[in-house]
Amino acid sequence: MGLKRNVSLLTGLRYKGQGPMLTFVLHRIGGLGMAIFVTIHMLSSFLGGKGGVFVNAIYENWAFQIFIFFCVLFHAINGLRITILDLFPKLIEHHREAIWIEWAVFLPTFGIVTLVIVKTALGG
Amino acid sequence: MNNPKSRNLSLSQRGMNFETLMWYFTRLSALAMYALILFGLIGALVMGARNQMNFADVMRWAFMPNVTHVQSTNVPDLAPWASIFWKLTACSLLLVAVAHGVHGLVVIADDYIVSAGGRKSARLLSIVFMLAMSAIGLYILWTS
Repeated sequence: MGLKRNVSLLTGLRYKGQGPMLTFVLHRIGGLGMAIFVTIHMLSSFLGGKGGVFVNAIYENWAFQIFIFFCVLFHAINGLRITILDLFPKLIEHHREAIWIEWAVFLPTFGIVTLVIVKTALGG
Repeated sequence: MNNPKSRNLSLSQRGMNFETLMWYFTRLSALAMYALILFGLIGALVMGARNQMNFADVMRWAFMPNVTHVQSTNVPDLAPWASIFWKLTACSLLLVAVAHGVHGLVVIADDYIVSAGGRKSARLLSIVFMLAMSAIGLYILWTS
């Protein structure tokens, strides 16, 4: 045990992890977002009542849908990259290229879906 | 804690412990969820989603094939969507997803909780949370 970082918050924020660090942070945000969403969603449908209706109204809001779709899609695509690289460790040599492929899959998919969600929100 | 020299050992000498098993479980359950979600997606298309549902409804069904997720759509008959077959698929997806998610929360907690006692409490709490969410999920699936 005895993990000591000995760095200030400011140093942590200035850490230049670049692409891999960005995917790590977004993977964590996406995972946490989904865990919180699914927990509240299950509890609200389990308990029902006024609280459940209120929570579902938030979930049906277009801004929330864009956020949760970002969480799901990024976590899924980044997770697939991690799984492939970990199960075939020889590919880790190309991990930066793998991250570029990941963005090439993620950005168009997320862009199209965001466009559809916003178009629907504005009334078709 | 692992042996700090474990990276110097060959693969066959490293041995399996619980954390290694969970490392594998996280990756394999991700693949399992991909399979189950595709399975739900294909199932929805076979049951007529192409003409009776919009894309968001299909995805909502694929991510959790529970009949309440298609109640607000134009499907004429909910019976095939509420069959035992889909309930069992939904149960598999639920149990895999809850285990994967709770283990993910433990991994995050380990980054901030570094004392042995704290980590043990986090693990105990996570087991209770996992059992509770699995039970609530199964209850919702089998009563809806």
